[in-house]
Amino acid sequence: MRVTVPSPLHDYTEGRAAIEGEGETLAALLDDLDRRHPGLRFRVVDEQGRIRPHIRFFVNRQAATRLDQRLAASDELLIVAALSGG
Amino acid sequence: MGQEVMLLLGTRKGAFILRGESDRRDWRLDGPHFLGSAVHHLVLDRRDQKTLLAAAKPGHLGHSVFRSEDGGAHWREAQRPPAFARAESAQTGASVDHIFWLAPGHADEAGVWYAGTSPPGLFRSEDGGNAWQEVEGFNSRYLPGIRSHIGDVPGGAILHSICVDPRDPRHLYLAISTGGVFESGDGGDSWRPLNQGVAAEFLPDPEAQLGHDPHRLVQHPRAPDRLYQQNHCGIYRLDRPEERWRRIGAAMPSEVGDVGFPIVLHPRDPETLWVVPMDAAANWPRTSPGGRPAVYRSRDGGASWLRQDTGLPRAQAWWTIKRQAFCADAGEPLGLYFGTSSGEVWASADEGSSWRRLAEHLPEILALEAA
Repeated sequence: MRVTVPSPLHDYTEGRAAIEGEGETLAALLDDLDRRHPGLRFRVVDEQGRIRPHIRFFVNRQAATRLDQRLAASDELLIVAALSGG
Repeated sequence: MGQEVMLLLGTRKGAFILRGESDRRDWRLDGPHFLGSAVHHLVLDRRDQKTLLAAAKPGHLGHSVFRSEDGGAHWREAQRPPAFARAESAQTGASVDHIFWLAPGHADEAGVWYAGTSPPGLFRSEDGGNAWQEVEGFNSRYLPGIRSHIGDVPGGAILHSICVDPRDPRHLYLAISTGGVFESGDGGDSWRPLNQGVAAEFLPDPEAQLGHDPHRLVQHPRAPDRLYQQNHCGIYRLDRPEERWRRIGAAMPSEVGDVGFPIVLHPRDPETLWVVPMDAAANWPRTSPGGRPAVYRSRDGGASWLRQDTGLPRAQAWWTIKRQAFCADAGEPLGLYFGTSSGEVWASADEGSSWRRLAEHLPEILALEAA
């Protein structure tokens, strides 16, 4: 599925804002993205499996707050680097 | 002095490297590296004189460690940055917010590094900073028992000042703000507090064994039984195997006091050290007392102190100098350097007798190491 990543993650995607990944859940998709782009997952999800404070996930423009959310191959994931202060 | 001096700056918005010629007169600023990331520590591996490790935390993303073997021209991210073990419940499990401290291991243990984090955790790498493991004797076995004595400081509680005894790689000291100073004699398997004699004016028990606020702990490289600490409640000295710290800051001028963040040792003389007092009156502004910054030097192990402010601003300079932003090189005479919360780097090439500004307009300086 198509994944749009914010500019702070472009170091992991060879500068690309749009990448591809697969997974039946958001967690599985992030695991797949980490295989394709090593290091990406840890920057957005902490060691306890919690979404980091300034990261937001949107599936088909709907906020996704749980990593066990199920995904379909036609879904689109948008990763947003939310406001983090000055 | 015979070789180039590198000043490694971690700032709230990236890292910089100031390179000085052997005469320490001309300096060239290189950077920024990791622009936009808070770099809490940038450290050279003194064993190979080549490897740099940087602890970086961007505004949006999780923290990481980066490694360079070419003086900062190229950086490679750690494959396994410091992280706590997965807890049974994700809701209660600890997560590293940022790496606050990096320390190379013993001279005989090439590739070994230690990291201290916020929230407090101790981590070790055996491959030059690429993969990090928890020091389980501290994080899993000792820390849970003292957790109720650990308190947050602004930015969160931190583990810092990791000291590896140059005579024994298994003998370690570290400090937690707030929590205290701790010692291990077995490579980190077991730990004990080392806080006797240290004031903790914010605790009800004057003889509390835990909960102190060491701002910076240092061990003399040539006299490793000599420890000093700049604490939230004064300047202290400990000569092991003694267990009780002595408040050497009592000899500081009373109108200045003995509160500050950093403390720097002369690498060839365990009796000589420097501190930078800050204003701890009333509501603790933590700025230069009276807006007049000064370094204070002792040449007798803290029995007496001399104010050194030639070249520093005479008025209206409201700096704070962080605990890891004051350091010495190895030159003869010794060079001293500090970075300020206002983004300035100041240097002395004559052991503090006179000072001049090397850089300004940088982001808030969090760390400064000479290499």
